Amino acid sequence: MGINLKTAGFEGWRRENGRMGVRNHVIILPVDDLSNAAAEAVANNIKGAMAIPHAYGRLQFGADLELHFRTLIGTGCNPNVAAVVVIGIEPGWTGRVVEGIAKSGKPVEGFAIEQNGDINTIANASRAAYKMVKHASRLKKTKADVVELWVSTKCGESDTTSGLASCPTVGNAFDKLWENGNTLVFGETSELTGGEHLVAARCRTPEIREKFMAMFDRYQRVIEANKTNDLSESQPTKGNIEGGLTTIEEKALGNIQKIGKKCLVDGVLDKAEAPTHPGLWFMDSSSAAAEMVTLCAASGYAVHFFPTGQGNVIGNPILPVIKITANPRTQRTMSEHIDVDVTGLLQKKMNMDEAGEALLDCMLRTADGELTAAELLGHREFSLTRLYESA
Amino acid sequence: MTIHFVVHDEGDSVGVVVVEGLKASNRINGWIMDQDRMIEFDAKSDIPIGHKLAIKPIKAGDTIIKYGVDIGRAIADIQPGEHLHVHNVKTKRW
Repeated sequence: MGINLKTAGFEGWRRENGRMGVRNHVIILPVDDLSNAAAEAVANNIKGAMAIPHAYGRLQFGADLELHFRTLIGTGCNPNVAAVVVIGIEPGWTGRVVEGIAKSGKPVEGFAIEQNGDINTIANASRAAYKMVKHASRLKKTKADVVELWVSTKCGESDTTSGLASCPTVGNAFDKLWENGNTLVFGETSELTGGEHLVAARCRTPEIREKFMAMFDRYQRVIEANKTNDLSESQPTKGNIEGGLTTIEEKALGNIQKIGKKCLVDGVLDKAEAPTHPGLWFMDSSSAAAEMVTLCAASGYAVHFFPTGQGNVIGNPILPVIKITANPRTQRTMSEHIDVDVTGLLQKKMNMDEAGEALLDCMLRTADGELTAAELLGHREFSLTRLYESA
Repeated sequence: MTIHFVVHDEGDSVGVVVVEGLKASNRINGWIMDQDRMIEFDAKSDIPIGHKLAIKPIKAGDTIIKYGVDIGRAIADIQPGEHLHVHNVKTKRW
């Protein structure tokens, strides 16, 4: 038994920049909150186009604005996206997002609302979306090796079963993908608290370790500066505590099971930054599920592994999110949200290698086009990370 | 045989209940994963699925060990088989 990652493959879409995508979305991307209505109207007009509304994009500045652009541009450049219509309130920042996405070589057009109004903008953008969906629908799938699949991970509504079984399942699969030469990422900076020394010990070089610890220490200073108690009910969350997790240290030790036993940390990324070579990357990121998964999509990842204990229901507009649980109550009460059931691990009815293989099998089926639970249920959480207040 | 609780490592202070509806006084089976060894215990509290029980006597102030690593400190004495959670254990961070 066992999937041979060297000979197994998947069929997806080869994009203009060479990357392999596993979905073929045409997205209508608002630059700012004001443009959500027009974006949603365009997606309503043109079947097969998807609007990705969000709450921000006005009066941001400095590093927070750069992160906003990087996230929107990265989302447009993601290989799961075939083409993009960008809509903004004014042409300047709209053009900046269009230019950034155009570098990937894929079709992209921008529309600004000022001096046109919503109705003309919707008409013009709908005509562009019409052509793009037509174009995307003609693109043929091609075969690719597993090594071309970029895989991200982040867990959510974790409980003690996450650390015992569902996170180690991801760890088992990550060890195999890492040895295969895949491009991987994990993050959740604050949620490593209590286990940061274990991650530091896994960094490939002293330089990477130093960068990782600088990111970790910076995040701790944010928490120390703003906390009003020991963060109980925020981190761990109410759901974590209901699931039996008592302290941030316990939660963190479960969380880091996702990087397996063999993987080394080959590099660190700022939020929404794209990796420059294969290996396991650490991304400095929020531990909130939708924020972190949105950042993974913006960094270019094509499939996501999401272990859950209590049953986080998250999805993403463009990144298929595969959910794994080992909690028998969650599997019993919320099975429509779960893609990979590893409850057998806790009764010795399945071993960790079998669990990892089940996840890799689901990954390949998802890459070939099988819809995830989150896709079937319409979960399209797109949450932009903010660094500080608007100007 | 049903496994009622799982322990990561034999050096740990705690196990995790992995079945629903565990009642006090139940004779329960535990599996120590890393050493692949079974142990037996009496539950001294009703313990929800996912929650922890002490598997060693713990004094207030003691460090709680899970995964072989420090996960916090006890703020009360805890007997083996008793429910161990936010009412008797706190973080050492933040």
